[in-house]
Amino acid sequence: MTAEAEYAAVPITVIVNGAKHEAVVEPRTLLVYFLREHLNLTGTHVGCDTSQCGACTVHLNGRAVKSCTVLAVQANGAEVKTIEGLANGDAFHPVQEGFREKHGLQCGYCTPGMIMTAVHLLETNPNPSEDEIKHALDGNICRCTGYVNIVESIKWAAGKMRK
Amino acid sequence: MFPASFGYVAARSVAEALELMAKHGEDGKLLAGGHSLIPAMKLRLQSPRTLIDLGTVAGLRDIREDGGQLVIGALTVHADIAASEPVRRHLPGLSDAASVIGDVQVRNRGTIGGSVAHADPAADLPVILTALNATFVAQSPSGSRNVAVDDFFTDFYTTALNANEILTEIRVPIPAPGTGTAYAKLPHPASGYVVVSAGAAITRQASGTCVAARIAIGGLGSGPLRAVATELELQGKPLTAQIIAAAAAKAAEETDPVEDAYADAEYKRHVAGVYARKAIEAALERARS
Repeated sequence: MTAEAEYAAVPITVIVNGAKHEAVVEPRTLLVYFLREHLNLTGTHVGCDTSQCGACTVHLNGRAVKSCTVLAVQANGAEVKTIEGLANGDAFHPVQEGFREKHGLQCGYCTPGMIMTAVHLLETNPNPSEDEIKHALDGNICRCTGYVNIVESIKWAAGKMRK
Repeated sequence: MFPASFGYVAARSVAEALELMAKHGEDGKLLAGGHSLIPAMKLRLQSPRTLIDLGTVAGLRDIREDGGQLVIGALTVHADIAASEPVRRHLPGLSDAASVIGDVQVRNRGTIGGSVAHADPAADLPVILTALNATFVAQSPSGSRNVAVDDFFTDFYTTALNANEILTEIRVPIPAPGTGTAYAKLPHPASGYVVVSAGAAITRQASGTCVAARIAIGGLGSGPLRAVATELELQGKPLTAQIIAAAAAKAAEETDPVEDAYADAEYKRHVAGVYARKAIEAALERARS
């Protein structure tokens, strides 16, 4: 058996931000690289690349996951939402707006992952306590802000989304 | 970081996965949520030639009651176990443990079957499942067999599963009335893995006497350890603070803890007693209510 046949590329179909994408990928392709390099959706960042930092967080079938630790082939048939899929045209998602209003970012590297985790939190718990927000951010690391304004941003967004 | 190249096959049933395992032999590796395996493959600690994906098998994700047991499908993710109403009602200690694994994103992908089959000595679920006296159902081409938790974790990253077996279900007895279960963990501050943890299942009579106790400790050995001396100290005794403290202090008796850069053996032995006490007290609180 040749190496090419043994490690045959795999056809996948993934719905990303509502659009269906068909591709043929090497099995070892990580979901984050499929998004960034095959689909040019570079809003999802690679941070630690070891499932610690959360910069690569996207939604897979509605749940926040670390896309550096998911194979693209595991997303076959699934729906993926990335930071690019949050805004409605020119209108920001309330969590994006919250990060702007409450200055929830400095360098911005962790921000897409923070926002995707926060959106998942507010979808499952629309009125989280400060403690619940902090626990939900356990898997997202920020090296600039000290987190205070990130928590404020999410509180602001929760308030807006409840209105 | 990329894993070394590998082939990928999506199994559509347990039977098909068993056939694929027979076909690929030692070159094949089962993939569940991938939250232990994929990081290990990215670090090239593991380089299987073929991944056999169980994620595409239907029907291994539910939690149901069956004959006095909660039956948890091997592909159930930690977040679903933590949030499960029957788990919270019957086995709150399991809900405790599932809710402190990794972080939100990890709990949304990592599976109970993957975690126990990987048998990381610093994992949470093996510890609580030992306290809860779980049984593991292993399916092979010739049928299925049950493995008791006390026989399941045999060494570091090693279980009693044979190479031709797939773990399909985890069965946990629904505890007798008057029983409380709990899990207490000292996590490593950076990784979130267990430094030391304790699981407890305590059954008390209305009089306050302990009629049964199963205590398991994580972080001290190659897998979860039963704290037999602690259990014996509790059985038949009134569950007073003094008796619990004296029993918990024996949690690390006759152990030889694995040392690392974060915690030496003496520290781990001490902390094992502290976390055993926390788990017993929390279990007792639930047994009372």
